[in-house]
Amino acid sequence: MKPSSFRYAVPTTLRAAIDIRAASEDSVVLAGGQSLIPTMNFRLANPEVVIDLRKLDELNYIRVGGGMVRMGAMTRQRVVEEDAEALAANPLIRETLTNVAHPAIRNRGTIGGSLAHADPSAELPTLLTTLRGTLTAQGPSGRRSIPATEFFEFIFTTALEPDELLVEAAVPVLEPGEGWAFTEFARRHGDYAVAGVAATLLVGPDGRISRARLGACGIATVPALLTECEELLTGNAPGDELFAAAGQVARDAVTVSDDSATTKAYRRHVLAGLVERTLKTAMTRVGVPR
Amino acid sequence: MSTRQFGARVQRNEDQRLVTGKGRYVDDIPLTGALHGAFVRSSVAHARITGVDVSRALALPGVVKVYTHADLGALDVQMPLLIPHPCITHGRTQYPLARDEVFHVGQAIAFIVAEDRYIAEDAVSLVEVGYEMLPVEVDFEKAAEPGAPLVHHDVPGNIAAHLVQESGDADAAFAAADHITSIKVRVDRSTAAPMECLATAARWDEVTGELTVWDGTQAPIGLRGALASLFELDEHRVRVIAPDVGGGFGPKIHFPYANEVLVPLASMELRRPVKWIEDRSENFVHMTHERGQIHEIELAATSDGTVLGLRNRFLHDTGAFIPYGIAVAQVAACQIAGPYRIPNVRVEFSCVYTPTVPVTPYRGCGRPQANFAIERAMDQLAEELGIDRFELRRRNFIQPEEFPYTRPNLIFADGLAVTHDSGEYEKALTALTDALDLAAFAKEQREAWAQGRYLGLGVSFYVEGTGLGPYEGGHVRIHPITGKIFVNTGLTTQGQGHETVFAQIVADQLGARVEDIIVVEGDTGVYDWGVATFASRAAVVSGSAIHKAAVLARKQVINAAANMLEADPDDIELADGRAFVVGSGTAGVTLAEVATASNPLRYAFNKAAQSATQFAPAARSDGPSLGEGAHPGIEATDYYSPPHATWAYGVHGAIVEVDPATYGIKIHRYVCVHDCGNMINPMIVEGQIAGGVAQGMGGAFYEKLDYDEDGTLRNASFMDFLIPYATEIPHVEMIHQETPSPLNPLGIKGVGEAGTIPVAQVIVSAIEDALKPLDLPPFRMTPLSPSLIHSHIAESGNRG
Amino acid sequence: MSEVTVFEPDEPVVVEVEVNGEPVTAEVPSRMLLSDFLRQRLGLTGTHVGCEHGVCGACTVHIDGRPARSCLTLVAQTDGRSVRTVEGLACADGTLHPVQRAFKECHALQCGFCTPGFMMAVAGLLDERDDLATADDETIREEISGNVCRCTGYMNIVSAVKRAAELSNERG
Repeated sequence: MKPSSFRYAVPTTLRAAIDIRAASEDSVVLAGGQSLIPTMNFRLANPEVVIDLRKLDELNYIRVGGGMVRMGAMTRQRVVEEDAEALAANPLIRETLTNVAHPAIRNRGTIGGSLAHADPSAELPTLLTTLRGTLTAQGPSGRRSIPATEFFEFIFTTALEPDELLVEAAVPVLEPGEGWAFTEFARRHGDYAVAGVAATLLVGPDGRISRARLGACGIATVPALLTECEELLTGNAPGDELFAAAGQVARDAVTVSDDSATTKAYRRHVLAGLVERTLKTAMTRVGVPR
Repeated sequence: MSTRQFGARVQRNEDQRLVTGKGRYVDDIPLTGALHGAFVRSSVAHARITGVDVSRALALPGVVKVYTHADLGALDVQMPLLIPHPCITHGRTQYPLARDEVFHVGQAIAFIVAEDRYIAEDAVSLVEVGYEMLPVEVDFEKAAEPGAPLVHHDVPGNIAAHLVQESGDADAAFAAADHITSIKVRVDRSTAAPMECLATAARWDEVTGELTVWDGTQAPIGLRGALASLFELDEHRVRVIAPDVGGGFGPKIHFPYANEVLVPLASMELRRPVKWIEDRSENFVHMTHERGQIHEIELAATSDGTVLGLRNRFLHDTGAFIPYGIAVAQVAACQIAGPYRIPNVRVEFSCVYTPTVPVTPYRGCGRPQANFAIERAMDQLAEELGIDRFELRRRNFIQPEEFPYTRPNLIFADGLAVTHDSGEYEKALTALTDALDLAAFAKEQREAWAQGRYLGLGVSFYVEGTGLGPYEGGHVRIHPITGKIFVNTGLTTQGQGHETVFAQIVADQLGARVEDIIVVEGDTGVYDWGVATFASRAAVVSGSAIHKAAVLARKQVINAAANMLEADPDDIELADGRAFVVGSGTAGVTLAEVATASNPLRYAFNKAAQSATQFAPAARSDGPSLGEGAHPGIEATDYYSPPHATWAYGVHGAIVEVDPATYGIKIHRYVCVHDCGNMINPMIVEGQIAGGVAQGMGGAFYEKLDYDEDGTLRNASFMDFLIPYATEIPHVEMIHQETPSPLNPLGIKGVGEAGTIPVAQVIVSAIEDALKPLDLPPFRMTPLSPSLIHSHIAESGNRG
Repeated sequence: MSEVTVFEPDEPVVVEVEVNGEPVTAEVPSRMLLSDFLRQRLGLTGTHVGCEHGVCGACTVHIDGRPARSCLTLVAQTDGRSVRTVEGLACADGTLHPVQRAFKECHALQCGFCTPGFMMAVAGLLDERDDLATADDETIREEISGNVCRCTGYMNIVSAVKRAAELSNERG
């Protein structure tokens, strides 16, 4: 389990990184390496060129402002998790990140690495999708923003062009009093989940849900937006029955088929329960000052 | 006066080096100029090999040699069937490298030797193997059916071995029964997954003509025999060392693996040290597996729940070969009646070939499967007769006054009839039910159910024949210079703490500090004879042998000290590393001085030696320096050969909550009552049990090898084969019971495997109990998983 | 300075890395894993390799003071960084680190293979949290999930984490 050999490129500027990415037929981008290096150790990936972004300090930042939390692609997940300003602005980010693998992995794993890897079972892509976040790509012809709901196209497949790099991920801050939660069920702590659910709830002065955002991982070929649940919830008064009904509605969002360890019917069952639970947890945080 | 070390919670001698990173596992041994090996392995389950093209691999810079079977000469032979048995009618074993046919994914086809492992792996991908596919049937139940594709074309029905054993008259018991219950249960295949995979390094010394092999094995003396035989070397020219070994759990008892042949061969031919360190993805398809069995079990009972008879037929999946004989099936067969009197038992098994990794013992060795079968059947019988499941067990226990309790004609792995030597089974069960407080639990359970929570209690009682022969030896010597005590035995340790527990045994005899006793084992250069570490036997067999040797050494010390101190031997006491006259208040002599003085010397190389030279007054005598029949120094060797296995036992219970949203489980309490006879070191015993329970938890709910229909292992990684983390393993409450074994001088029984055996039944029966309100049929398989629980409920028409 | 450095597959990469407080400069193949570099080049064989895909944690070391999988890190990535291994855990005078003491005292190891990586993970945890001496088992179990031990059943490791926290607090 050793990687095969490769050309190793270490750019010191984003410009140079994009140039070499554009110039390479068969390259991979090494950020934190926590998903890439296992696949190279198994020799499932045998790239000709590895572009190591470790010197791109310009992609290592967390900026809160303009209603957004912006994270540079090379920011370590653990750094974001521990960032007080990000926590104050959007506590769902930390709750999601603490479900990603284990601390030793998050110490190395980056925001951009996980998002560009686009594993539909992963937590971060689900966070971005649920919150209708934005991903910023940069290529030879410049920067462009891609809504998270369009960024993830299939398992391990994104809207990035072959010559583009993911440079930033941004999610909106939560409104004052907005409730939030991330819940997942994995067979083993820290593993990719059977299913996971991210949710936010905003309740208006009339006591009804004015905005609900729900997304799930592990159930489809992309991080799934549970729009039917969102519609069911919005405009209604929150309560256990409503949340249970949302869980039932969510079941149909499961599109992955049976695999040898997990049936589709079981995944549907888990998703329903998690949606209900996540909403209940989010509700406990509605109106609570942060 | 030294306190007794036997029975004390002594900290381990081995830990200082292990916590400072100074352990020496095979890959840690520095071998200058070593080459590294990698295997080309079959990617298909069953095929004829139409060609192996190694030319591109050979041409790769850094590749030194590529072996295929054609390069092996005299080594291109079938590996031994290590434990023959007359019932093995069609024994088939592997070749070091596949010849013209492969029989499982992962079978070794070629061996690359290169300057480093990276290059060796590059070369592996350049070897082209042509396959002509043959049909496969991976499911061993279907493989045993007529017309199934054959693994070996000349083995009809894929049956390697078939054995029927009967103790008493089972059919008569069934004819006389008021009630018969029958159940069919399945235990899926698993793997031990030690943290250190297999590893072999070898160095050929041209000057001495000696081959040194460092190997992560549980059986270095056995491996030496195999290598001496294969390479036609005299035994003294083959030294096998099992250094620190990162967990064994059974599969490292099997030998010789392909690496254990190829690595020594390459080092001899290439005249350079060679290393092969198995990686995790290889380990899944190379190191042997276990557990796959399907049991049909019937119990014949009277209406009051007395079980009169048991009939058991089971299939045992032995994989593509049967190199370790019927050990796993035989052990399962002998444990099938558990702690119960059941006077009439018939047990019949067939070992079935499948195109999968071969099967040899893994911690528990058939016992977890037998335990699952009998305890599932007992639960079902209790349910059908309307008798409380604890009460039913109580009514059938072998009672203390019935020991030794023999099951005639049921022959265990030591070739002797099963004979339970001692125990207090009912007392253990009562200790468990007291600890779990059944009445309080029943109330808690009713309340939980009323709230829509699923809380259940599971239980399993196990027995374990441990401490099998044939024998082990012990050697004790006092070093004359340092006074430290050097202790050896032939078997090996993979974390069980032998360096400490054997030292404790010796410490009590010689009055020495545990930390001054150096236990070295697993090195054929240090101790020649013995068998290996398996069957929870090390403490029992080697421990007893070392004890006997230490008793002899003690006599020598006392006699020598009595001479030196001009005292009566009966008045000599040993404590704190000294021998002195009891009650004299004098310091006496140190063990080093005794050892030196007992060894007449010519050379006064230090101060102590001056007084031991042949001309020193203290050593002068009328006769020769060394009397007839005497030996120099303080040194003794003795052996222990058990009359038969000693039977440990225990009962585990757990309170488990099933989450109806996810069917995940939370273990609220896990209680273990066990009896392994007298405990040498309770701290280490508890560690063995806790580790065993964790491995059992894996087998109950997480770890299952998942072959697809084509014979490819789908989950050959730690990402997909779910070894539990700390978050999945419960805290284990332990209650010790100590019923000495009458069979050995220390009264000990084995404990290494104990924790693993009952866990699947504990967890499965707890889940079943928790879900009682859903009125489900019994669970008949392990490991369970949340998805399987969901399917079970859905299939019962309950809800989905 | 060029904006990109490219190494051909057979071209060595020069890394300067501080290992256990000592500066090390080495030429390595770009594909070499940190675990192999520590073990084979520097002879620091205390760091063990258990799975090479990041699940078991046996190879855990500290990179810039934080636990990381050395099997999921190219040594080239550690250029300019500091690495600490089990060999750097005890004081120079041989005084054991609280985690090492606690693992011994609590019988938190059996075969010892996972132990160096496990201790590095726990040492990192102690650097981050000072409340573990009184934390409940569930909290500790969650914190140490990420390292596989196949021998102990984790019970005594949980105890060792508490004990190490006590010892650390005593040491201040």
